Amino acid sequence: MENYSLNINGENTKVEGVPEDMPLLWVLRDIVGLRGTKYGCGKGLCGACTVHLEGQAVRSCSIPIKFANEKKITTIEGLSENGDHPLQQAWVEKNVPQCGYCQSGQIMNAAALLKANPNPSEQEIIDGMQGNICRCGTYNRIKEAIQSAAKKEM
Amino acid sequence: MKNIIEKSFIKKIDRRSFLKSSSIATTGLILGMHVSCTPKPGEENRPAATFEPNVYLTINEKGEITIIAHRVEMGQGIKTALPTILADELEADWEKVSVTQAVADEKYGDQNTDGSYSVRMFYMPLRKAGATARLMLEQAAANKWKVDVSECKAKNSEVIHEASGKKLDFGALADDASKLPLPAEEDIKLKDESEFRLIGKSTPIVDLKDIVQGKAKYGIDSDIPGVKYAVIARPPVAGGTVASYSAESALKVPGVIRVEELETPGFPVSFTLPAGGIAVIADNTWAAIKGRDALDVKWNDGENATFDTSTYLKELEKDAKSSGIVKRDNGNVDLSIKSASKILEATYISPHLSHAPMETPNALADFKEGKCEVWAPAQNPQLTRKVVAEALNVDKEAVTINITLLGGGFGRKSKPDFVVEAAVLSQKCQMPIKVIWTREDDLQLDFLHSCSAQYLKVGIDDNNKVTTWNHRSAYPPIDIHFNPKAEIPAMWELSLGLLDMPYDIPNVRCETVPTKARSRTGWLRSVSHIQHAFAVCSMVDEIAYARNMDPLENILDMIGADRNIDFDKLFDGYANAGVPIADFPWETARLKNVVNLVAEKSGWGKTMPAGSGMGIATHRNHLTYVACVIEVKVENGKISIPEIHYAVDCGTVISVDRVKSQFEGGAIYALSGAIGEITFKDGKVEQKNFDTFRVVRMRDAPTKINVHLVKNNEKPTGVGEPPVPTIAPALCNAIFAATGKRIRKLPIDLS
Repeated sequence: MENYSLNINGENTKVEGVPEDMPLLWVLRDIVGLRGTKYGCGKGLCGACTVHLEGQAVRSCSIPIKFANEKKITTIEGLSENGDHPLQQAWVEKNVPQCGYCQSGQIMNAAALLKANPNPSEQEIIDGMQGNICRCGTYNRIKEAIQSAAKKEM
Repeated sequence: MKNIIEKSFIKKIDRRSFLKSSSIATTGLILGMHVSCTPKPGEENRPAATFEPNVYLTINEKGEITIIAHRVEMGQGIKTALPTILADELEADWEKVSVTQAVADEKYGDQNTDGSYSVRMFYMPLRKAGATARLMLEQAAANKWKVDVSECKAKNSEVIHEASGKKLDFGALADDASKLPLPAEEDIKLKDESEFRLIGKSTPIVDLKDIVQGKAKYGIDSDIPGVKYAVIARPPVAGGTVASYSAESALKVPGVIRVEELETPGFPVSFTLPAGGIAVIADNTWAAIKGRDALDVKWNDGENATFDTSTYLKELEKDAKSSGIVKRDNGNVDLSIKSASKILEATYISPHLSHAPMETPNALADFKEGKCEVWAPAQNPQLTRKVVAEALNVDKEAVTINITLLGGGFGRKSKPDFVVEAAVLSQKCQMPIKVIWTREDDLQLDFLHSCSAQYLKVGIDDNNKVTTWNHRSAYPPIDIHFNPKAEIPAMWELSLGLLDMPYDIPNVRCETVPTKARSRTGWLRSVSHIQHAFAVCSMVDEIAYARNMDPLENILDMIGADRNIDFDKLFDGYANAGVPIADFPWETARLKNVVNLVAEKSGWGKTMPAGSGMGIATHRNHLTYVACVIEVKVENGKISIPEIHYAVDCGTVISVDRVKSQFEGGAIYALSGAIGEITFKDGKVEQKNFDTFRVVRMRDAPTKINVHLVKNNEKPTGVGEPPVPTIAPALCNAIFAATGKRIRKLPIDLS
């Protein structure tokens, strides 16, 4: 059992007495109490748990806490001050969500994608979002929302 | 439009009794409505009418309007759709409306959210309720202004006296309105459809902003102080039992606090019973998972230890080709087939499918002092309450089921087994416990859509007319959950696209075959329409080529003359999605209309490049008429789908955007069923997670999904399930058009 120091959404957060292999996902959800990040598969296969680690999109279910120590983490709760990140706005405009469960992960993945490539082609979006599953099948609206957000930011 | 809900009434609630039964503290106008419907055949256990109001509308003195959503939200938009119906008739300012999710209680009438009928069932009662409240507010204003009520008109949360220009906000009228008697039924006037401001538009879902900010609460996000987390090792083979395990090893894992053995019920199981096994309870989910890994459980696999889907499917195929129990028999199939000049025979195979909602099953239960409070993503709130009470051996009144948002349901969360697990563990351990299923648990022990074999034999005569249709269908009955002696599917299962084959053929025989389930099975989005439509719509396409006709032309010809098909007269026991066929007739004109519409919109008949093709399928389900055209491109054995067109006649549309989104998403859900499968070997599911259970990802998704809605004023019908059945056959028909290869077995394999 170890103690860790994380910077989550700009705040320094101490996590005490957890095993080094506990995935960041469960640290966020069960220990820190940030539950916007979702469990979907536990194996990095579905993207529901996507957060940013030092600005990179990662699957928090597959990042042991020891690799997140002293690092900057952004979750859906910290993506924007007032829920007004261009992608969050685009998601609202296009009425993307159905059940909405996977959308935190979709938005976090898309945010990292746009940061790395502000003007992605359709194929680049498809390739970049390939790891995020949505069983409700909102893919086309996700794609449109990313395109729309990218356009506005250009 | 005829009101289909016969047993409904509206009741004014006095504030004191309302406050007793509700957490909403308010003054002003409180209306309760009682709505109920006739249960579906085979579903008589659904809650019967009670004489308590069950849908609440409150308007307080600030003009704030609260509507209680009593059905369950799982992505279909019902938590928004039903309140918009009421709010529209009320002439409410939607900005002032808030929606509260109801707990499980019989007083709300039917809360079991499945079968694509929430809007169908509640459309008219909610309109009436809104209109009643509107009239009371208008009357209150008329009394104040000492004018006739006919001179007062509600608009956007105000009542306006047009002659004088006087206006009063609903909030200012609420208290006076609450003192008025309920208006007489004949005085309640529904809005003219041209005056709708919300119905037929596209109101965004009420949870939209919370969802994109990660604030929306699903079952798995439930939390109370002191909660512990449980992960359960369940018998991997349905009906298996525990042979041995090491609680000691699990307890050595830091954070693990208890290990509890849960009763294993044997086989076959009801969907209300947990699978049993060994629960590991810990301070957090991760410790519980690690603790379970350490259990080293050995199982007695029991009677399904040798279950193997590849041999099982071969048996089903053999059974479907032999003889069956006749459920529909018109004309003389044996005689007519003898005079056929062409005979087509084919067997269509479809696999087991898993619901796999993104949010796995989970529930939080807090049992203390003889009472249990539960937070769960449950599709069937009242059944959940009942079975939890039974499992805990307490009165139903001691159980509170709070319904959260569902991270997808698709039928999985109709089965309350996972909620019972949490409740039983909380009672045993006397602490609040959240049970979480991992994805592996979900795939291993889902109540799967069953695999099936469908045999079809069709005769075409010298005049190129289809004269004989013989369809024999083999899959284990879902009815086993309701009737442990069931050997064949119930009439409600067979009425989903098998017996109500609508084509104008003089000699028709539809049969089923006794089949035993060897795994946990159940209903999944559109249920047995999946396999029935795959067989029927594929065979119709095969007939087109045999008749040397264009598939579209063939469908229109086979539908025949415009008529209402009286299936009640063609065989006994037609279920018609649980409603009398007199109320929701089977209209071939509406089927033809969607076929023609989809053909026109998709540019049916246009020249396609080599390796590309279009396929068409049409199917009425959940009372909705659907036609679908898929454009496919096959390159090096790989399929891509540039475009899907749906034409949909679901009667009156509440939210255009949500109906379209159901079809966009339903197409993708159904495509997953055409490319993925669940298989068994040695009694165990072979697919462990999303690496081996293949579902559609963005790269597999159709580039464009176009949904064309028929505009009419017919009664509203289902949209949650209707997108699914036509997809697999339309896709396989398109592949045939593109490549000449006929796919009769799902998942599609072009290698």
